[in-house]
Amino acid sequence: MSDKADKFVPSRRQFLAGAAAAGAGAAATGAAQAAGQADPLITEVQDWASGLGDGVDATPYGLPIRFEQDVVRRNVEWLTADTISSINFTPIHALDGTITPQGCAFERHHSGAIELAKEDYRLMINGLVDRPLVFSYADLERFPRENRVYFCECAANSGMEWAGAQLNGAQFTHGMIHNMEYSGVSLRSLLEEAGLAAAGDFKDKWVYVEGADASSNGRSIPLEKALDDVLVAFKANGEALRKEHGYPVRLVVPGWEGNMWIKWLRRIEVTDGPVESREETSKYTDTMEDGSARKWTWEMDAKSVITSPSPQAPITHGTGPLVITGLAWSGRGAITGVDVSKDGGKTWAEARLAAPGTDKALTRFYLDTDWDGSEMLLQARARDSSGYVQPTKTQLREVRGLNSIYHNNAIQTWWVKADGEAENVEVS
Amino acid sequence: MSKFPKYLAAGVFALTCGTPLWADGLGLGRVALPEEIAAWDLDVSPDGTGLPPGSGDVWTGEEIFAEKCAVCHGDFAEGVGNWPKLAGGRGTLDREDPLKTVGSYWPYLSTGWDYINRSMPFGAAQTLEPDEVYAILAYILYSNDLVDEDFTLSQENFTSVSMPNAQGFFVDDRLTSEQYFWTTEPCMQDCKETVEITMRARVLDVTPEETAASEAGTASAAEATEATEATEAVEAAPVVQEDPVEEAAVLLDPELVAKGGKVFKKCKACHRVGEGAKNGTGPVLNAIVGSTAGQVDGFRYSKVMTAAGEDGLIWNEAELAAFLTKPRAYMKGTKMSFAGLRKEADIEAILAYLKSLD
Repeated sequence: MSDKADKFVPSRRQFLAGAAAAGAGAAATGAAQAAGQADPLITEVQDWASGLGDGVDATPYGLPIRFEQDVVRRNVEWLTADTISSINFTPIHALDGTITPQGCAFERHHSGAIELAKEDYRLMINGLVDRPLVFSYADLERFPRENRVYFCECAANSGMEWAGAQLNGAQFTHGMIHNMEYSGVSLRSLLEEAGLAAAGDFKDKWVYVEGADASSNGRSIPLEKALDDVLVAFKANGEALRKEHGYPVRLVVPGWEGNMWIKWLRRIEVTDGPVESREETSKYTDTMEDGSARKWTWEMDAKSVITSPSPQAPITHGTGPLVITGLAWSGRGAITGVDVSKDGGKTWAEARLAAPGTDKALTRFYLDTDWDGSEMLLQARARDSSGYVQPTKTQLREVRGLNSIYHNNAIQTWWVKADGEAENVEVS
Repeated sequence: MSKFPKYLAAGVFALTCGTPLWADGLGLGRVALPEEIAAWDLDVSPDGTGLPPGSGDVWTGEEIFAEKCAVCHGDFAEGVGNWPKLAGGRGTLDREDPLKTVGSYWPYLSTGWDYINRSMPFGAAQTLEPDEVYAILAYILYSNDLVDEDFTLSQENFTSVSMPNAQGFFVDDRLTSEQYFWTTEPCMQDCKETVEITMRARVLDVTPEETAASEAGTASAAEATEATEATEAVEAAPVVQEDPVEEAAVLLDPELVAKGGKVFKKCKACHRVGEGAKNGTGPVLNAIVGSTAGQVDGFRYSKVMTAAGEDGLIWNEAELAAFLTKPRAYMKGTKMSFAGLRKEADIEAILAYLKSLD
């Protein structure tokens, strides 16, 4: 990704700025074509309408067409010391629908993305079980399988925005999220295979899960959750997991912070207490204003963001019909509604959900509107099936202060200007 | 991966295949052997469960820390650049930008032992002996003024060490402390009188430039040419950030150098390059190609490496290639604990990259 040649491809922003300037006069017509003049793209025979295109197998595994080269994950270099222990961001500003393609779904590694072949894969279950077991990848495929769509959000998504508006783009403010259809087996079925009589009373029992990479990234999960909806997944969006998402097997912990979705899952231990690993003490704990810290903040609260228009996706078509769209999700249930404000939260209108919200998965919303060219302070506000209403930044800060880093689910504001450009701002 | 004969149990299972070994399941998988569990079940809990016997003192810890940890965490555990600071920060948790270190924030000492043992050093995890882990942790405690310089940490006294912020955590209380977010009907009209912009991201200007991160394979030839031209133009201009890789790359195959840069990721945990680079676990590698072995200023080489340099070993491409293929076979006794590069193409690429650092 850091090939030097990459750095000099003209940016989409520059491209859009140029297009906006060139098309300013004809903005409202949509096509950069003077009125009354025939469009040569229609009247003249184009190369592609006369010659031949690629044969089958030109690309045995297809990649996006080159015109979409800017729809890629991006890193914020100053955030971390090294890309090996770092994070990048899903280009949510350029996607639609709800399913995130694996190739542009954000990555978060603690010791780099490792290559682990299915033949070398082993999953161990030990601890308070009747018989400690080792499964091969082929063993896992023989358990009853489930298909479920869930979002995975890093607890630090929007974390850079706690103290104020920082990063200018939905990709950077809200892009530590993806939403995929997982195929796999329930963790419950594996634990039951090992037998849980040895665990006694399930209350106050835990599972400790860890990965095969050097970081191991171990986390403790209450046994109750492990037996509820946690999946041991090996496919995403119909195909094998990508290396960067834990090939060949990862844990899916619906609704809970992404750090718990252990990649390259290699061991599950039933324990009588949390291990208190690095990832659940020194990290992924939320510091309050008085210096104390919340721990075990697993659920991702309801949240939403407008993906377009947004700083990386300005309005380029001028006044008239405008589709405002975005994503909403909740780790506590399904999205029941999304409200959109154009005036920084004075008045709200209910957006249209593309489909009814489903449990712990992304929901796409649209507000089909007519833009008169005046400035807007765009906001979205999610509501979920638990009755939760997405709070403002001010409300969150009143409870948590400015140092929490994690779990910032506050309402985001985009300032859309008369030229259609948008900027990340905070409002009173 | 396991040091143990992993097919032993599989063989046992094969004999009984067809009849599940246990009645109350599907009979899938096989029983984990005790030595397999011992190899993987390494986690250590706050009450000391999982700690192996052993001990280590502050001074031993300081030596190991200087050799294996200081490249990222600093000689005094104060951190280098963006790498984690492990010492200091007491009394900052309720201030702006709190400094969270082992001393100021971590509630359990076991977390430190567990993490160092399984995941450190970065790039060489699971290479430390238990005594080394005890010693490193003793030194980190010392760096945080939590123990005296004559302290020895051991399995026996482990749980008697008290961590300053042990009481600093409370269990998620959002359901009560943020109950307000569940109980209000959301306002739809006249929700506030005025709205003012109070902060703008563009003023701060910390957003990365948005460029297309195209892989070479996906860009068309015309685009690649354009990009190359742009690269050269920028390289000639004085505004470009100093980057030894890009400046020298003009003379070398830039693709090969870039590929070598990627291969070099395997080396980065120990070796630094570029202007201002300092010796870490391994020596700085600027201008290493063509230089005499064992001669980088200030680096403490193994005896064999120093001797090889004195005997006139020059790191030409052939010697470097041989060394990098199997370091410890090439030079028995070298400190470099790297297994070696198996692919010839990787070696070719990394040589091009190293040459670009001249």
